[in-house]
Parts: sequence; C-alpha cells; structure tokens
Amino acid sequence: MNAPSLPPAETLRLDKALQLLAHSGQAAPPGEPGSADWLQGLVDALVDLSSRDALTGVANRRNFDLALAREIDRVARSGEPALLLALDIDHFKRVNDTYGHVAGDQVLKAVAGALVESVRPMDLVARVGGEEFAIILPNCPSAFGETVAERVRRRVERMPVSVGPGQTLTVTVSIGGAFAPQWVRSTPGLWVERADQQLYRAKVLGRNLVQLEPAAVSVVSNEEKRLLFDSTSFQDFE
Amino acid sequence: MTRITAITSGKGGVGKTFVAANLAAALARRGRRVLVLDADLGLANLDVVLNLFPKITLHDVFTGKATLAEATLPAPGGFHVLLAGSGMVEYSRMTPEVREQLQNVISEVAPKYDHLLLDTGAGISDVVLYTISLADDALVVVTPEPTSMTDAYATIKVLATTQGRRELRILVNQVRRPGEGRAVRQQLQAVVDRYVNPGLDGAVRLSLVGEVPTDSAVREAVLKRQLLLEALPGAPAAVAVAAAAAQLPE
Repeated sequence: MNAPSLPPAETLRLDKALQLLAHSGQAAPPGEPGSADWLQGLVDALVDLSSRDALTGVANRRNFDLALAREIDRVARSGEPALLLALDIDHFKRVNDTYGHVAGDQVLKAVAGALVESVRPMDLVARVGGEEFAIILPNCPSAFGETVAERVRRRVERMPVSVGPGQTLTVTVSIGGAFAPQWVRSTPGLWVERADQQLYRAKVLGRNLVQLEPAAVSVVSNEEKRLLFDSTSFQDFE
Repeated sequence: MTRITAITSGKGGVGKTFVAANLAAALARRGRRVLVLDADLGLANLDVVLNLFPKITLHDVFTGKATLAEATLPAPGGFHVLLAGSGMVEYSRMTPEVREQLQNVISEVAPKYDHLLLDTGAGISDVVLYTISLADDALVVVTPEPTSMTDAYATIKVLATTQGRRELRILVNQVRRPGEGRAVRQQLQAVVDRYVNPGLDGAVRLSLVGEVPTDSAVREAVLKRQLLLEALPGAPAAVAVAAAAAQLPE
C-alpha cells in the first residue's frame, strides 16, 4: 500500500499549531518551513505536547494509559517483572488552602521533578490526577521494589519547595505499588487497582509511607528444586 | 454454611478434573448437596469427564442469554454442575467484567448447596488466582512427579504470599505405593518451611486429604465416559477418593 500523499503545506492551516507550540515554549520545527522535514517536526512536537502534562511536563494521563497497556502486554509475553507505583501528595489540599494555588502548582512541579530524578530514564513518570502521580518501572525485579519506592519517598520528603520569597515548605508522598502479573494476560485497569489498594493502605497507615503488594513469586529456584526432590525422605517410605 | 473449595494444581494433566468430579460424587453420596463449577473458563473439560454436552452453559449466563437455573445440570454422580462450555476463551483474560460475573454466579448458587467445588484451570494465571480467592479452602492436586511437584509448590508459594493462605490441602494423585502421598506432602512442607515460611507472619501448613493410587480402573471409566465412583465404586482409586471426601471440612 502506498503512503497517502500529503497536500502541500501552504494549503494547510498551521498557524494555530505553531502558535500553540510557541506558547508552550517549544522551538519552531527545524528545516525549511513547508518542507516534509519541517512538517514532520511540527507533528512530532504536537505529539510530544499532547502526551505531556502542561503544568509539570511529565507524562499525562493519555500517555500513561497507553504506556501501561503496552507494558502489561510486554510483561505477559516476556515474563519480565514490572512495577507500578501509585503516588499521592499527602495533605495537598492543606497546601492549597494555606499557601494558595500558585504555591500548590509549585509543589506539583517540584514533586514531579523529584520523581523524575529518583528513577531511571526508562521509567515513566506520569501525572494521572490532581495531586496523583504514577510511575511505571519496566524490568524492576521484585527484590528491588521496596528500595526504589523508598528512594522516591525519601527524595520528596527531603526536598524543600520554594513557594514564595523566603518561604519554603516540605511535602511528603504516600506510595502504593504492585507488580504486573508475569506470564499472564491481564488488564491495565486491574493493575492500577492493585497499586491503588496499596496506596490506600499507605494513607490509612499514616501517610509518607510505601506499601507494596507482596510479589507473587512463582519462580522456583534451583535450591528449592533440589530440596523438593531430595530423595532421602522419599526413601524412608520405600 | 456453604463450604467453597477451589481445586487447583499448577500443572495440567494431573487429574484435577477427575478429582473434582469424583470428590463431588463422594460428597453427594455422603448426603451433601454439591455443585461443581467449571471455573476453567478457557479450556474446560469437565463436560468430557461427565459425558455431558448441554446446550446451555455458563457462557450463556455470562452473555445474558440464559439464567443460572437453566445452566445448572444434574450430573451422573448425584450432584449438580455448571459447565463453562465452548466460546469461553474470551474469559481467559481477567477483566473487571469476568470478575464480577464469577462473583455473581458464586454468590447466587452458593446458598443452595453444602459444597461448592471450583474446578480451576491449570497454571497460575490471574483468573485461576482470582477463582481461588473466592474459595474458603484451596485443594492442590499433585502427582509424585518432579514437574507436578514443582508447579504445586509454586502455586502454594503464590497462594501463601498473595492471598495470605496459611492452610492448604493436598491431594496426591497417581501414587505408586502406599505412603507416597505422605512423602510428597512432607517434601513440599519441608521446602515451604525452609523457603516460604521464614518470610511470612504465621507458617503455612499443608494437610494431606488423601492419596489416590494409580489404578487402571480410572482409565477404564474415562473410556466408558463414566464417573469412576459410579462405574467402579470398589476400585482402589474410587475408595481413596471417597476417603479423601470425608477429610474435607464441612
């Protein structure tokens, strides 16, 4: 099948798209305006813009949903472990009520930045709601889950957020986490629900806490097998 | 109170469905009202074991084409069955809808019976795990083969860590000599004690409900398309299943 031929750039109404990019602080697409490269750059910039949260710059809900669906299918096929963290800023309403919405936005931006800095480049940090964030961590072994989530929690806890001249505050996050079921076809909805359940536990248990669902370790190690087939106790019955 | 028992195995082909059907017949013989639910939604073969090929199945219930009463059938052994039927492959993936359907079916039928046996699929998929989570007891069917024991052990480990189960029942099928069932249970318990229990609050205890000997009568009954307990109730395997039924909590 041939690629559909595109109309010449001068017949397209692109002023709004260019305005939107300029307004979002993005550079104009590279290349000769109207050229194929330039159009591609424009489309790429728009795609990037529509996959980011406008305030914090991390992935938005749309991007997160897409990435989660991709990840759960990948895990089902490859059997690699993957962790989903659900995060919520503790007492965020209090920040808004006490310091105002501008300060609230500062906090959201600072937390988003701290999250991005405390995970690997391959991990996806997303803002999925008002003060709710999520992180997808592909290829994260269950033994490291607690360490990673704790690192994220401590990073936020130790970060001063400047919300005005001479005014800084600190916030904390509650974190819930669940591993994707390995080798199994499942749905993103259930994965999110499991992480959310753990987040709820973290809130109930006092906030500024990490709660991970115990990983379903269905892998049987060689040592376990050796003991399982250890012939001595079998012989007792012969 | 209805006692709900999930029958699972990890590995397929260890006689899980044979055990479910014959345990049901043995419980029915003890005067209990029993329903077997074919919870192996993707690849059920309870219909083959019972030689029942109904027009109306769970699939019709799930799609709203029939009521549960219409899909509930009397089986040869004096108990009732709900068969999954073909076309259930779409339910092998766990979705909130499948979960809700299973939950509804179970809560609707449970009050009418003393025992509900859930014949789960092989493997440790989330459909299987979810089905087991709906049960009071989990019965793991295992044979004295390394592959079956490995998968049974993996199942036990997952149930202990994700569902907080501390008591699991073991039925050892196809044993070649008396006492082999006890040895298999003991072996599984030893590995659980060494590798699983140290990380848990409270230790997992495996209890043996019975051992069923390798018996040519089993194959004979299957070829005749009959339930072993009906066709050859005096066969050693039939006697052993009946004894195991007496060990299930009421």
